[in-house]
Amino acid sequence: MTRQMTGAKMVVQALKDQGVEVVFGYPGGAVLPIYDEIFQQNDIRHILVRHEQGAIHAAEGYARSTGKPGVVLVTSGPGATNVVTGIVDALMDSVPIVVLSGQVPTFMIGSDAFQEGDTVGITRPCTKMNWLVKETDKLAETIHQAFHVATAGRPGPVLVDIPKDVQFATGAYVDRPKVQTGHYAPRVKGDIEAITQLVEMIETAEKPVFYTGGGVINSGPAASQLLRELVEATGFPVTSTLMGLGAYPASGKSWLGMLGMHGTYEANWAMHDCDLMINIGARFDDRITGRINAFSPGSKKVHIDIDPSSINKVIRTDVPIIGDVAHVLEDALKIWKSRGRKVNREAIGRWWQQIEQWRSVDCLAYKPGGKTIRPQHAVARLEALTKGMDRYITTEVGQHQMWAAQYLGFEDPNRWMTSGGLGTMGYGLPASIGVQIAHPDALVINVAGEASWLMNMQEMGTAMQYRAPVKQFILNNERLGMVRQWQELLHGERYSSSWSEALPDFVKLADAFGCKGIRCDNEADLDDAIREMIAYDGPVIFDCLVEKHENCFPMIPSGNAHNDMLLGEAETQGVIGASGAVLV
Amino acid sequence: MSPLKIKKGASKHSAYDLRDPNADVIETHTLAVIVDNESGVLARVIGLFSARGYNIDSLTVAEVDHLGHRSRITIVTSGTPQVIGQIKAQLERMVIVHEVHDLTVEGPSVQRELALFKVRGKGEHRIEALRLAEIFRANVVDSTLESFVFEMTGTPEKVDAFAELMRPLGLLEVARTGVAALARGA
Repeated sequence: MTRQMTGAKMVVQALKDQGVEVVFGYPGGAVLPIYDEIFQQNDIRHILVRHEQGAIHAAEGYARSTGKPGVVLVTSGPGATNVVTGIVDALMDSVPIVVLSGQVPTFMIGSDAFQEGDTVGITRPCTKMNWLVKETDKLAETIHQAFHVATAGRPGPVLVDIPKDVQFATGAYVDRPKVQTGHYAPRVKGDIEAITQLVEMIETAEKPVFYTGGGVINSGPAASQLLRELVEATGFPVTSTLMGLGAYPASGKSWLGMLGMHGTYEANWAMHDCDLMINIGARFDDRITGRINAFSPGSKKVHIDIDPSSINKVIRTDVPIIGDVAHVLEDALKIWKSRGRKVNREAIGRWWQQIEQWRSVDCLAYKPGGKTIRPQHAVARLEALTKGMDRYITTEVGQHQMWAAQYLGFEDPNRWMTSGGLGTMGYGLPASIGVQIAHPDALVINVAGEASWLMNMQEMGTAMQYRAPVKQFILNNERLGMVRQWQELLHGERYSSSWSEALPDFVKLADAFGCKGIRCDNEADLDDAIREMIAYDGPVIFDCLVEKHENCFPMIPSGNAHNDMLLGEAETQGVIGASGAVLV
Repeated sequence: MSPLKIKKGASKHSAYDLRDPNADVIETHTLAVIVDNESGVLARVIGLFSARGYNIDSLTVAEVDHLGHRSRITIVTSGTPQVIGQIKAQLERMVIVHEVHDLTVEGPSVQRELALFKVRGKGEHRIEALRLAEIFRANVVDSTLESFVFEMTGTPEKVDAFAELMRPLGLLEVARTGVAALARGA
C-alpha cells in the first residue's frame, strides 16, 4: 500500500512518523508549501524564531536536554546560510540535528535564482551527511534516512535540501520501517578482548583516573548510571570534560571537578600523574591535553569511543575500545565482577591521599569582593540558591562559561548545554529557549556574558511569544572577558577591541521586550535579586554588574603541561600551603 | 607550584600548540574506497582531504558496479603512519563509504595507470623516441610529420621513467589517469 501525497505533506508526515513534536524554524519563499502543511495540522508545534541561527541553537538545546534529535526548518539561500554556524556547532559537539531547508525549484538550480544558494555544497563539510532531493518519490525515504544518520553512532547534524517543485509535486510516501538503513550501522558492542584488557588494568592500577566526556551523555541515561556504578565500585577518581558534566554527579565523593585549560588543580594533576587513564567518550581536545608531548607521560591510556576516527587522532592510545559507552561499560562491569571485583585498594588509598593534598590547594578560592560582585561569587550564589531545583543551565562562551562549569554542580546528565567544541558566542539564549520548550515547568537559566548575549538577543522575542520563562543571568563586566584575559597575559595588556562600549540598558531592554529586568551591582543585594529572578513567572533579563578585570583561574596556558597551572590571584594570597608549594 | 611561566606580553600568541607532534616518517599508501555512486560523493571524499590537510598524490574514480550503484575511488596518499590511520578511520565513518582497503598493507597489489605523451621532434630525436617507446611498450596513437602521441600503461614509476626519457626528445605534454589498483590473488 503506497500513499500518494505532495512532498510538503510528506515532510510533515515523515516528521510525525519520527515522533517529532517540535520544529524550530523561519518561513520563506522556498518552504512555503511545507509551512502551509504545518498550518493545517496540530501534532507538530512550530516555534518561530527571530533569526535562523536562533532556530538551530534552540534545536541543539532541545536535543541535548532530551536526547532526541532537534529539527530545524528554514528557507533557501540566507535561511540556510544562517544555520551554518549552528550546524558546525552541532558537528563539533555531536548533537543530533536534522535541518530541512527549502531550495529553489529543480529547473532553476544553477541559474542564480532569487534566494538560491548551493546549500548542500556549503554544508557538505559540516554535516554527517546531506542530501538534495530531486524527486518527490525519494523525499520520505531521505528524511527517514536523515533521522537515522543524525542519531546513529556518534550523533551529528544532517541536512535535507528540498526544492520547491518537489514540495508541490505528488509522490509515493515510504513508511519509516520500509526504509533500508542497514548500511550505516556503527558498531556499538566493544571488542571483548580489549574490554578484558581494560578490566585487567583496573585490577592492578595504582593511580587510575576516569576521564569522561560528552559521549557518556550522548550514549543515554544508562551510560551515566553504569559510569556511576563503576566509579563507586572501584573507588577510582573521576573527572570530566566541559561536555560531560553531569554524567557523574558533582556531589559524588569521587568527583575531581572539570579538567582542562580551566579545570581544577586536582583534576589536572591527577591526569598528569596517573598510571591508568580511562577515557570514556571524550576526544583529547586541545583544551584538555595542553602540550601533547607532556600530556600524562607516565600513564597507560584506554579510550572508549564510538567513533573510530577519535582513536589515536591526537593521543596515542594503548587500549582502544570502539563502541557505545553504555554497552562497553556494561560488559566491563560484568567481566570485572565475574573476576572477583579486584582493585589495588591500598595503592588507591595512597592515590587519594595525594589527590586530597592537591585538593587542599582549593584552586577555586577567590577573593571576597566587598561591595563589587565577583563573577565567581555570583555563580556560586546562583548555585546555592537553585540547588536541588529542576534546573537546566545553558551558557554563552567565555569567562562566564568557565565559571559556570567550575562553580555550578551538575547532578544529572542532559542538564548542561554549552557550546564546547566550536565555542559559539550567542549559543546560550536560543539554546535556553529550546530547553524550556522541551521542559516547560523547569527552571532554565542561561549564564551569559553581556557580549555573547547581545549576539542573539533578538530571541527574547521568541521567549516572549511562546511564554518560555527563561532566565538570562548576564555577568556584565563590560568587557569581552576572555579576550581581555588573554590580552593581559599574552599581549602586553594591549586591550585591542575587547571592551563593550555603548551597551544597552538591559533593564530597559527587558521592558521593551515586555519581560522582567533586574539589575544588581552590590553583593549585599545579590541573593534577593537572584530569588526575585527565580520567583518571576516569565522571562527575566538579569543584569549582574560584576568586577571588570577578573581573570578565570586555574589556567593552563596553551602549550603548557597539566602540571603547569596558573592559580592566579589565589597564588598571591598564599592560599597554597607548604604542601602545595613543594609539589612542582 | 611553578611561578607564572609565561611573562606578560610573552610571545606565545597562539591558542594552539603549533609544533607538529607527528613530524616523523612519511609513507605512501594506495587506498581503494568503495562508495555509493551519488552526486556529491566525490566532493565529500575530496573535501575530507582538504579540510584536514591530507595529501592526495593521485585519484581515480569511476562507477564499477552499475546495478549496485557503486563507484571505486583509488587514492594514493602520503603521510605519517598516524595520519594514514586517521585518513582510513575518517573515510570509514562516512555514511556513503562502504569499504576502505589499504592496498599497501593488505598484501601485494597491482597498480597501473594509463598515460599519454605528446612528443615533438625531427630526425634522430624522432627515431630515438620511437625506439624508447618500443622498449617501454608504448603505442603510437597519433602521428604527424613532426610529432607523436604515445599511449602507455604501467606503474607510476614506469610512467615517470618514460616521461623522464622523453623530456630531452621533445616532450610537450603528459596526461595521466592516476592509479587504478587491485589486490593480487582472489
